[in-house]
Amino acid sequence: MKQGRIVLDQQARHVTPLADGKLLLDNGNPLADQPQWLAPTSGTVYGVALNHRSLLDKLAADFQQPPYQKAPATPVLFIKPRNTHAGHASNIALPAQAGKVFAGGTLGVVIGKTASKLAEEQALDVVAGYTVVNEISLEESSFYRPAVKAKCRDGFCPMGPWQVDAASIDPLNVEIRSYLNGQLAETNHSRDWLRSVPQLIAALSQFMTLQPGDVIIPATPLRQLEIRPGDSVAVEIDGIGRLENRFIAEESAQ
Amino acid sequence: MKHARIRLPGQADIHPVLVQADHSVQLADGRRFAEDAVEWLPPAEGTVFALGLNYADHAAELAFKAPTEPLVFLKSPATLTGHRQVSVRPDNLLYMHYECELVVIIGKTAKNVKRAQAMDYVAGYSVCNDYAVRDYLENYYRPNLRVKNRDTLTPIGPWWVDRDDVADPAALALRTWVNGELRQQGNTRDMVFDIPYLIEYLSSFMTLSPGDMIATGTPEGLADVVPGDEVVVEVEGVGRLVNHIVSETQYAALHTTAV
Repeated sequence: MKQGRIVLDQQARHVTPLADGKLLLDNGNPLADQPQWLAPTSGTVYGVALNHRSLLDKLAADFQQPPYQKAPATPVLFIKPRNTHAGHASNIALPAQAGKVFAGGTLGVVIGKTASKLAEEQALDVVAGYTVVNEISLEESSFYRPAVKAKCRDGFCPMGPWQVDAASIDPLNVEIRSYLNGQLAETNHSRDWLRSVPQLIAALSQFMTLQPGDVIIPATPLRQLEIRPGDSVAVEIDGIGRLENRFIAEESAQ
Repeated sequence: MKHARIRLPGQADIHPVLVQADHSVQLADGRRFAEDAVEWLPPAEGTVFALGLNYADHAAELAFKAPTEPLVFLKSPATLTGHRQVSVRPDNLLYMHYECELVVIIGKTAKNVKRAQAMDYVAGYSVCNDYAVRDYLENYYRPNLRVKNRDTLTPIGPWWVDRDDVADPAALALRTWVNGELRQQGNTRDMVFDIPYLIEYLSSFMTLSPGDMIATGTPEGLADVVPGDEVVVEVEGVGRLVNHIVSETQYAALHTTAV
């Protein structure tokens, strides 16, 4: 079962896809208009930094030096707040004087039940489903301080269009493909993640209670997919869908 | 006026309330309840920003130079709790400390706001206790979520007061009492980055929305707290927030009896 969220008459409404590509509203009526997509959920979005081998391998030597001194012992987490959440097909503004901006095609794990102090073996029981995420960021030269300025700009976390049921995806075997202007530009595979989805859910739930609607972004690869104004980035996961957004220069953003 | 959010015992509904001089609360339907007859919730809902090292004396206390750019981190609703609630000290710790902070509540959508207009975007003020578990600090995205975003470890409230009820937010005494003993004192005049600066800074790269909260940092005077301690943080003219430290075992017991 696939479900998405759109705005209709200033209200968030759920939609499901029909075989011909049209959309069905949550009250059974067909949607005639072009959908205005929202992220499929409105909970807290927790990202996990430094969980992709491409990044860890590059930084391994740095992590023995100041200011880090040693490699991280626990998952390194960040929050993508509500101003970053965006839907499929929304235009995203690239800040004018902030340096390079990078796409980050990845998986979104949507929590479906209140979850506290879970063992790894129970972790997948609290997953409602999965979505597609583009975890956008400025270049990060340091991981010592929270990356709010790099990661929390408006629209820097598009998600969607669909959330699919947990049963339809194996989070230990997911391939995420990112396309820049239609060309395959990056592949992110769950086998390259230091900690798996169940390990991350267990680790996070040890110290904070996860709520239905919360999203965990397990890993973003080493930043290499640079985005410029006018570019379109699509992130695709088989069995979930294709999230596509156009990027525009900040001054022309509406 | 003082604005809060509460639940009545055994009920799930969240009520916005006005708080009276005696700290009783009045619901929209006119019903009144005493301070100790309701469950106090965090007074607002939105993105929570917190400032590290925003008082020069505290930065020195931790052997840091005051930052040249605001050290901002984020919190999620998972860590927030209300007035007169408990906070859990994890087992097997060396050091968990309180942090008394003035919280700014945003009242209007703010993007690229300049310092001169920044106060137009403030709805009011609240108080938080931004507990930190220092044992869990690592040098990655420091202070990381494991230190600062734990269940129950950010009491906030009891209420928020209207902006215009506070004459000068840059001249407010901050105080923390542990078991009735005054342990931390400071004044908002000593902030490294003041409220207008923080609003200009944050809104320069992200949109702030009504309900967003900015916890503006803490002065010096930190100390360890242990289960059984009563910790009270107060910001002059804003509010006095009461909290009790419990152990993991005590917390688990509370939560098996309370449904």
